[in-house]
Amino acid sequence: MPLALNEEQRMLRDTARDFLQNDAPVNLMRQLRDDGNEQGYSDELWHKMIEMGWPAVAIPEQFGGLGFGFIGAGAILQEAGKTLANSPFFNTVALGAAAIIHGGNEAQQQTLLPKIAAGELTLALAHEESNHHQSRGIQCQANVDGEQLMINGSKQFVAEGANADLLIVSLRTAEPSDKKDGITLALIDPSTAGIKINRVNMIDSRNYAHIDFTNVIVSAGNVIGELDNSQTLLDKTLDHGRICLAAEMLGGAQAMLDKTVEYLKDREQFGRKIGAFQALQHRAAYMFAELEIAKSAVIHALSAIDENQDLALVASSAKTLANDCYRLITDEAVQMHGGIGLTDEMDIGFYLKRCRVSMQSLGDSGFHKNRFAKLNQF
Amino acid sequence: MTDLTQFKRETTEWLEANCPASMRKTQTRSEGVFGGKKFTFPSDDAKLWFDLMVDKGWTAPQWAKEYGGAGLSSDEAKILNKEMDRLGCRKPLIGHGLWMLGPALLEYGTEQQKLEHLPKIARGEIRWCQGYSEPGSGSDLASLRCKAEDKGDHYLLNGQKSWTSDGDKADWIFCLVRTNDEGRKQEGITFLLFDMETPGITVRPVPLITGESHFCDTFLDNVEVPKDQVVGDVGKGWSVAKALLVHERTMMADIEKNMPKPKFSVDDYAKNYLSTDENGRLQDGLIRDRLAQHMIRDEAIKLTQRRAFEEGMAGDFDMRVATIFKYIGTEEKTNKDTLITDILGMAGAGWDTDNFSEDEQTKTHEWMSNKALTIAGGSSEVQLNVISKRALGLPEI
Repeated sequence: MPLALNEEQRMLRDTARDFLQNDAPVNLMRQLRDDGNEQGYSDELWHKMIEMGWPAVAIPEQFGGLGFGFIGAGAILQEAGKTLANSPFFNTVALGAAAIIHGGNEAQQQTLLPKIAAGELTLALAHEESNHHQSRGIQCQANVDGEQLMINGSKQFVAEGANADLLIVSLRTAEPSDKKDGITLALIDPSTAGIKINRVNMIDSRNYAHIDFTNVIVSAGNVIGELDNSQTLLDKTLDHGRICLAAEMLGGAQAMLDKTVEYLKDREQFGRKIGAFQALQHRAAYMFAELEIAKSAVIHALSAIDENQDLALVASSAKTLANDCYRLITDEAVQMHGGIGLTDEMDIGFYLKRCRVSMQSLGDSGFHKNRFAKLNQF
Repeated sequence: MTDLTQFKRETTEWLEANCPASMRKTQTRSEGVFGGKKFTFPSDDAKLWFDLMVDKGWTAPQWAKEYGGAGLSSDEAKILNKEMDRLGCRKPLIGHGLWMLGPALLEYGTEQQKLEHLPKIARGEIRWCQGYSEPGSGSDLASLRCKAEDKGDHYLLNGQKSWTSDGDKADWIFCLVRTNDEGRKQEGITFLLFDMETPGITVRPVPLITGESHFCDTFLDNVEVPKDQVVGDVGKGWSVAKALLVHERTMMADIEKNMPKPKFSVDDYAKNYLSTDENGRLQDGLIRDRLAQHMIRDEAIKLTQRRAFEEGMAGDFDMRVATIFKYIGTEEKTNKDTLITDILGMAGAGWDTDNFSEDEQTKTHEWMSNKALTIAGGSSEVQLNVISKRALGLPEI
């Protein structure tokens, strides 16, 4: 599996870098926060991304995509992470499109994927049911009655939950048995009767929602994948999300490392640049090394998606390392900047906050190391 | 191209016909053939294999024939190497002479020095040791003080060298000495060769915490060394030493490649030595977490080496990343050794040979001896200095 970008992917990355640095600097995010923008992203930015064809990068070519693969999507997300540029890209492509690519029937793929590629459809995955990420034990219930499902239950912390055009909801439709796991994924229009969306404000100023379902009726034609047996599809979808989120996190970590090293070269105390103090040098060097090994795990995992390999171990490895190094680097960024690192004027707090939310999203390191251990039978 | 194809065929045939079966297995350090006047071969097969390879000039395949080699082109040498790897053939001869001094002499030595020393190295007649570190000069090697006084036709040496590996078994030493106290400390260092039997040399093995003693203290007390045994220019020994360091790293990698693969992986130890619940899950949650953490990091480090190579090929490699490998690799290795001994419990802290299995003894031994990894060849702290200066551009302390 390749661990380096090919020429086209490098061009995509470089274009994304230039564009985001210019058109979506951290100040854009600050502006949205200051304006109390509930959507959490700029429509203008999203439209420019659509014009550049970004929603299409990871969509297969036969469905109107550009076929750059998830390595391409990861490269964009990594650059977006550097400036904290938010958009529907992550949830629509990494989670939504992934579920449809791997679980959708032909009709669903032919209607939905070209729309995603054209930027005409945004998606969110409504899956969590508690403060901690879980992939098993879903309680949100759907009773299957002939040609329709009736849903009762609730979902929490749905990223883009109040924005997305369509929700993909993970549901319990049967008790697990030897043959079937009892899990079903369904596409649901958020304006369907019986759905109540409650916005949740999180520290990263992005859009999240708790969603309640009361006797919500959905056609069985909206089921993605196999009825009563889609835990594997759900896991695979979540793994796409974990890997792509890890890529975004690396961008943020890189930006914070660069900013901190720059500060160490500039700030003077005790008559010298503080970057001349070995106590800080060694910690900065350690941060650099940690980030580089995390990058390798993430590109390896992105590559595994494109090569159709098993994702469980590589996704858990990538997310663990991205969590740990982003936390390390944002904590150290604050500490090494000292008091000003805690002021709202500096951008550091934005990264610190985004880091905490993304660490919890789709599994913290404890979750992923536990999963890694189980998969390795220990 | 047809020449190379023919060379490959002949090489394979010769190796298959001549390499004894027992020489086609991985080897431990004690089975290595180092050569030298005091050396006894670990087995008859080792001696036979060594003699056959010396005759072919294949102990130093790329050295010219007059230097004891076979004069192979680099393509031919690559084929030979690859075929030996493929067939699992052991290196017939290893050591400081072949892998470190030899290449340095080819680059910096006089013709007379090459003709004098290279054939004896290639034929395993002389075993070499390295005299670099001193009691007061470890990480800061360039501060070395071992004094060489100019006495007209010879130098008079006084001082002490530490960590002379196998100094008690070597016949000759290549040594860094100070010929000038003025100017930058890197200048004024000279690279000298001399016979370990020269009067005035005392070698004392240093017992290590493992119970072994691969290293010696070497005392130099009015040792006379003829001036024609200087390699490179007087006062320019630092450059020779640096060139040689590159060869040291190649050698370490080569030795690693020839070592037996570990019988068990870390998680095997955990499953074999610790209690698990009915689902096979380790009951000790802390060990389970450390084990997962180690396995994830270990793989990521290997991937980083591969990534560096692939990005290099694609012309997209950030050279700064190369500074992390020594640090991150050795730290993770010692972390692994510690984890294994923690898993073994008391069985990872045994000393005698009766109550502990061979494997337990090995792991306990590795935990102790591998502590050297984060110290030798530039300690972790020196590596972090290098990363902060070269990769991050932070100012001098």
